[in-house]
Amino acid sequence: MSTLLATSSLTEAFAPMSARRLLVFGGIGLIAVGMLFGDIFAVFVLHQNGGQTGKALLLACDAASSGNVLAVKEIFQKVGELLEDRGTKVDAHVHMTDAGYLALLLALAQPFVALPPRRKKLLAGLFVIGGLFLPVGIFLIHYIELAYSPFAVIGWASVLADSAGALMILVLVFESYGIVRYLQQKKRSDESKFPTDRTWERRALMTGGAFLIFVGFLYGAWYAGIDLYRQEGREAQILKNMLDAASTADGSTTIEVANYGALAAEKAVKIAAHSHVIEFGLLAMLLSFVQPYVYLSARWKRRWVVVLLTGSLVLPVFVLLELSPLGLVAGGIADMGGLMVVIALIGMLVGVLRYSGQMDSAVGAG
Amino acid sequence: MSPARKMLLLGGLTLALLGMLYGLHYALFVEHQTLDRMGGTLEESFVNAAERRPAEAHAAVDAYASTKYAYVRQVDIHSHWIGLAMLLIVLGVAWDYVAFSDRMRTGVAIALLAGSFLFPLGVILQTVSRNTSLASALAIFGSATVTIALAAVVWGFWRFAP
Repeated sequence: MSTLLATSSLTEAFAPMSARRLLVFGGIGLIAVGMLFGDIFAVFVLHQNGGQTGKALLLACDAASSGNVLAVKEIFQKVGELLEDRGTKVDAHVHMTDAGYLALLLALAQPFVALPPRRKKLLAGLFVIGGLFLPVGIFLIHYIELAYSPFAVIGWASVLADSAGALMILVLVFESYGIVRYLQQKKRSDESKFPTDRTWERRALMTGGAFLIFVGFLYGAWYAGIDLYRQEGREAQILKNMLDAASTADGSTTIEVANYGALAAEKAVKIAAHSHVIEFGLLAMLLSFVQPYVYLSARWKRRWVVVLLTGSLVLPVFVLLELSPLGLVAGGIADMGGLMVVIALIGMLVGVLRYSGQMDSAVGAG
Repeated sequence: MSPARKMLLLGGLTLALLGMLYGLHYALFVEHQTLDRMGGTLEESFVNAAERRPAEAHAAVDAYASTKYAYVRQVDIHSHWIGLAMLLIVLGVAWDYVAFSDRMRTGVAIALLAGSFLFPLGVILQTVSRNTSLASALAIFGSATVTIALAAVVWGFWRFAP
């Protein structure tokens, strides 16, 4: 084993049932589950949902052509349900992975939080619970709808999601208070609780992560500056053409619906590429701090780092290539990229679990 | 704790809180109504087309586009603020690995923090008034500042020698 059960400060910072341990396990778990959910969604729901929406739009055009207002309204009810189905699943994926990132961040920030250990542990537990129930609530919005709800537009699933979000905000407020208290202290705890080693894994994850974020920022700036407004204009124009074609029944509605679908796909892949490359960069940087707690051989630690960084690049690049003639093949490769990240995460989580087990048994024996 | 690290950690936490509060407020009081309005105007455009009223159908599409313009940006503000907050906190923790002089590091930290506040603020202002160039200028300036500062950070990480 190249990873030693390190220094006393490292051990202290990762003590059994400590806030940091809870946040590291909870954070990596939330990210892995959130990404796995995203992969399943991309393979089994996303394209099918887009196809159904396109068909519904075509039916709406036909209904408009034949002057059937009632049918138009019924079809739009269906379109609304399809969009809600898609939107809530995307949001569940995003919020679960982001809650995981925040949990890892809080794990890093624990040495700067001047609160009693029991309170820190309670806050950590509440944050992980909030991070779990927020996406679960969002996911259920589409299925529970307004059943038994006393509110006009907000259902019980939304109440669950919003309450979980409020809980996370509350935890952040207390954590900030703890940091302010730390800053006010004259005698501060030792900051060396942050492992300061400079291993290959750490350097690769930190530099690679920052570079991925930088590339994501550049792409995002290009998208916002060049594409966003043009796409918004195109969407309105396509819809108008679609309506004109439906009114005159000249038979070109199919082309306009296809144009609309192509535009929606173009927007989706460009935004997905931008957000995923940045999120993976952030994840890589966060995981660089977890490396001292990954109890695996140096070779396996490097393997997981390479798998993670490769997957982080493969997913956004091949998501973009879905617009090329490669089409669904590129989509499949992108999903494999996502899976690589998930597998690397699980590999690292196993390493952290092994570290905890070794450390706990050493403490027990001592 | 160095001033740069303090700035990044506290700024990041403040930004995360701001982004979450904005998201909670938006989810509770704005999002459902906005989505209803978007769906409603789109449906209205097709109903108008079915009733052979093209001018009204086009007007409904314009109303849909206008609502969606605001919706996209309002959701972006929430996600970008929290995303940038997370970046600031991570960089705050990793700041020892940015191999520059203290002065340079403080300058980069100020640029990161300022850009992270200004970029989403510019996007918010775009939803308040669509035709103001100040909002777009602020968003562009903010995003450019963060991007350039991040390029410096990548270089700083690369320069770091153990």
